[in-house]
Amino acid sequence: MKKSVFLGAATVATLAAGAAMAGTADDVKARGKLNCGVTTGLAGFAAPDANGEWKGFDVSMCRAVAAAVLGDPNAVEFVPTTGKTRFTALASGEIDLLARNTTWTFSRDVDLKFEFIGVNYYDGQGFMVPKELGVSSAKELDGATVCIQTGTTTELNLADFFRTNNISYEPVPIETNAEAQQQYLAGACDVYTTDASGLAATRASFEDPSAHILLPEIISKEPLGPLVRHGDNEWGDVARWTLNALISAEELGVTSANINDIASSTDNPEIKRLLGTEGTLGEMLGLDAEWAQRAIAAGGNYGEIFAKNIGEDTPIGLARGLNAQWTDGGLLYSPPFR
Amino acid sequence: MSDVSFVRTEMLQEQTPPASEVGIIGWVRHNLFSGWFNSILTLISLYAIYYVLSGIVPWIFQSVWNANSLTECREIMMATWGSTHGHACWAVINDRWLQMLFGFYPDHLYWRPILALVLLLIALAPILYSERVPSKLLYLTAAYPFLMPFLMWGGTIWGPISAALGFVIGWGVYTVLSKQLSGLLGLVLGVLATVIWWLVLSGYVVGAMDSILPIGIEAVQSRQFGGFMLAILLGVVAIGVSLPIGIVLALGRQSDLLIVKYLCVGFIEFIRGVPLITLLFVASLLLNLFLPPGTNFDIILRVMIMMTLFSAAYMAEVIRGGLAALPRGQYEGADSLGLNYWQAQRLIIMPQALKISIPGIVSTFIGIFKDTTLVSIIGLFDVIGLSSAIRADTAWNGIYWELFAFIGALFFVVCFSMSRYSMYLERKLQTGHR
Amino acid sequence: MTTLTDPPKEHFRLSMLLYDTRYRSATIQVIALMGFMLLAAWLLSNTIQNLEALGKPVEFGFFSEPASYDINQRLLEYDSRDSHLRAALIGLLNTLVVAVLGCITATVIGVLVGVLRLSSNWLVSKIMTVYVEMFRNVPVLLWIVFAMAILIESLPAPRAFRGEDPAATMDLFNTVAVTNRGVYIPEALFSRSLGDIHFFGDSALRFDVSLDLIAIIVVLAGSIFAMRKVIAWANRTQEQTGDRPKTWHILLGLFFVPMLTLLVALGFHLGYPELKGFNFTGGTHMRNSLIALWLALSLYTAAFIAEIVRGGILAISHGQTEAAAALGLRQGRIMRLVILPQALRVIIPPMISNYLNLTKNSSLAIAVGYMDITGTLGGITMNQTGRELECVLLLMLVYLCISLSISAVMNWYNERVKLVER
Repeated sequence: MKKSVFLGAATVATLAAGAAMAGTADDVKARGKLNCGVTTGLAGFAAPDANGEWKGFDVSMCRAVAAAVLGDPNAVEFVPTTGKTRFTALASGEIDLLARNTTWTFSRDVDLKFEFIGVNYYDGQGFMVPKELGVSSAKELDGATVCIQTGTTTELNLADFFRTNNISYEPVPIETNAEAQQQYLAGACDVYTTDASGLAATRASFEDPSAHILLPEIISKEPLGPLVRHGDNEWGDVARWTLNALISAEELGVTSANINDIASSTDNPEIKRLLGTEGTLGEMLGLDAEWAQRAIAAGGNYGEIFAKNIGEDTPIGLARGLNAQWTDGGLLYSPPFR
Repeated sequence: MSDVSFVRTEMLQEQTPPASEVGIIGWVRHNLFSGWFNSILTLISLYAIYYVLSGIVPWIFQSVWNANSLTECREIMMATWGSTHGHACWAVINDRWLQMLFGFYPDHLYWRPILALVLLLIALAPILYSERVPSKLLYLTAAYPFLMPFLMWGGTIWGPISAALGFVIGWGVYTVLSKQLSGLLGLVLGVLATVIWWLVLSGYVVGAMDSILPIGIEAVQSRQFGGFMLAILLGVVAIGVSLPIGIVLALGRQSDLLIVKYLCVGFIEFIRGVPLITLLFVASLLLNLFLPPGTNFDIILRVMIMMTLFSAAYMAEVIRGGLAALPRGQYEGADSLGLNYWQAQRLIIMPQALKISIPGIVSTFIGIFKDTTLVSIIGLFDVIGLSSAIRADTAWNGIYWELFAFIGALFFVVCFSMSRYSMYLERKLQTGHR
Repeated sequence: MTTLTDPPKEHFRLSMLLYDTRYRSATIQVIALMGFMLLAAWLLSNTIQNLEALGKPVEFGFFSEPASYDINQRLLEYDSRDSHLRAALIGLLNTLVVAVLGCITATVIGVLVGVLRLSSNWLVSKIMTVYVEMFRNVPVLLWIVFAMAILIESLPAPRAFRGEDPAATMDLFNTVAVTNRGVYIPEALFSRSLGDIHFFGDSALRFDVSLDLIAIIVVLAGSIFAMRKVIAWANRTQEQTGDRPKTWHILLGLFFVPMLTLLVALGFHLGYPELKGFNFTGGTHMRNSLIALWLALSLYTAAFIAEIVRGGILAISHGQTEAAAALGLRQGRIMRLVILPQALRVIIPPMISNYLNLTKNSSLAIAVGYMDITGTLGGITMNQTGRELECVLLLMLVYLCISLSISAVMNWYNERVKLVER
């Protein structure tokens, strides 16, 4: 009986067909859609708007890959995942790419068998406190109640930080940012800790942002990056070089606005190779020559994506900081397109 | 001697009852202030009502309905009342209510889930209000399980038709063979034919028919389902599919066959012993592991499977209650007529037992329906999941009570009306039995 | 002489497996068993294949790794260097705490509301109806979130207690602090403590038992035993002589004198919460997450229990009430001595399933950040180690054990009540 229910459901409804462990790129092309894992909602990084359209920094990464592989930045199925389900969804083949501000750690890379294709946002865990508390350093937080967003590496970093500094604290684990925000504002915790980007975004949404300060300590390194399954290097390369193309484009001054002009007029050989007007880089990736043009045209280069979704002119208001190009003193450094 | 005896010959005029015993005052005295204890209770209650209402009513009614973001809402509040506290910002509901009802279902196709819901009510009518509705409607009831997925998921019409055909084929094989060979063998072969049809043949047939005669409507991915619609869909599918499973489990639990009995008991007790959330973890994390490598149901289907198994266990207990409530004489009567086990079940026992179980089934449905909110924990966008997604939108970051109040009200309206119906039914059934 | 001849022996034919009722049931059972075993084998082999493909063999070694996260409410000593197994144990205890507290309050509120719904006071019975309908028809997850939000928004933060002219003050003669981080109540301290006994050495299951507590329990048990002896003696005397000797002063003495002596000997005093730094310190801290979960679960379940109690009371025929009234019992006593004991028989079986539901619903604790077993084993541990299969299966097993023990205990109680009844 159970079985027939299974099969009935299978015949009646659409059955997302086979996820082979090899050849993700071919699967994606055959399907005509990229299945991209995102968060269930994080301001600035991924959230659906009133029309159900996904918007955000991570979402743009998905769209760029879709544009490169499929030629259509809208050929993406966004699969919302939680901290718990994200790795299973990727491992089981339900999604092809996970762009869900996931920290690149040793155990995730090696033990859980995933391949991080790069870093699209350098983050770190910080603390936010109300100004009236008069705290200027995280080391003064002995005995404080700390709101943590769970399901991430946050609680581990926090435990390590307080342990190494030999001070006590009371952790208050919270599922979602919204609840953490509410508890923090009501004074149910003294400190709110999560990734610095999240803190800035949260602070920006307060009625009076100036009443809260971010403490100077950044207690962890959180290189957030998209990831794919281990063992499918072709697909990993596609995703990795799409990200690199976005970063290189900014470095080389290629934007979504001027890309058509530049493609036809430039003499810079690196830009030519990047945009596919010279060389066979696209072919080596198993894509056509204009793959990177489409990826950049989809949402702009890295800088444009950053400015549009989380930059200083948005309500999130993040400064580039570590995420500036290496030429501007940041950490973004794309390997050459050669 | 004087005659003091007195016999009244005419009756006194009937006195009007004292003002304190009738009318509003009398009612108040009897129902609210009969004795000091009741008076204190009444006063406390009045104060509690005042306290709650004085907080909530201004919040609900002195509110902002039109704004594009929370900041705009707050500005309007400051301009109108001079404070942002104690005022609701319903603008978020105004902005997102369609999304909260339908999730990401394409907006030009909203008529499909609505039609599916209306048809569901019509299809249920012959069961729920059997005496007032023409029994012809039962055909719709029979067709509904195939119609509903077609409406919701869309795609080619041949899919549901071929699924329905499976039952027709099974039935055909059974009727032909059971006359020529034997009932049991016919049944086995009938089921086998159905399974083979579904597993092997229907795929080709659907493909072929679709290329010959492509009739269909726009397909919708189940990933796009969400909001309140998802709760209703999950509830209806879980209850609908679990009904036959529940019947089988209930019969199995009561059967004399030891192994069958213990398998059923084990299944029921296992499912009832673990929280739904762990079963949903299984759906989201493990179910793909249990299936052959390469199969990949999407998450909504996986959740449907687990919810169905979950409700089947509860359904089995409800139906077992119905079976137990039947007087022993019914079984004996069936035996004395020479009916075999299945005939007795089909003709005598089940019709009565199911009828008694309807209130229980409705309350199981209410329970399952409320439990669908747990899917937000595994990242599906039901109403609660959507509310967090809405708060992740920079425009509405920081909004809280309005969304939950809206969700609570939605659930209350639906569940309350269903529970009223089930009570009405219970009363109706009771009078029939005593 | 007549000889009884056996009827000719039928030879066993294969078709008899199907048509002969003697064999048919065996056939069906064997087929069912085989089907089940095939299904199980199929699932198992799929799992093995899939796990091999993922390169994640089933192993439980990660349980002895350090958990590396902190848990705020811990009934046993725990820190972030302890193992995942110990974290799971702490979570399990937290689950049990909220389940036990919830079941008790749900029963109390439920019975009260069930009785009040039948009250002659119109307003009260209507309010109770509104309460029952509101809680029954809205998902428990929403109630849990609501309860937490209300506690957080409506209670003062610890910083409101600070300063010259604080916005909030402590209650009950400065002994209890009600804040939006939880309630701080005085704790029992012993200045001449007897110390602890340590069990299980250094393993993950280690725990301490306070000797003070044991001493108190022993003395309490002794007092109660002595008091029962005295009461039995009084009953005997009453039966023999018709006069009941005055015993209340003996009973009071028996109860209080040993206990007070012990407490003085142990140097008992109360530790009061006081505001120090960011938080209140000292005293027992009942966290908001616990209170919210406890409140929401018990109010939600109480609404169902109220209906059961009401149904149970209504099921007792009105003649019982009238007969009791004819004996001159007052309203309250009729309920307590006549109606409720009889209604109990109807009430208990559905009550069991409500206790089970409450326990299972406590798994929603993550919604308010209460670290129960779903939050530790099924939450952070699972996230950090990536061992979904092991964690989820173990989680289910734990809940199954809890559920089965609750039903076993309650069924045993049900049987006892039944025996007393008849």
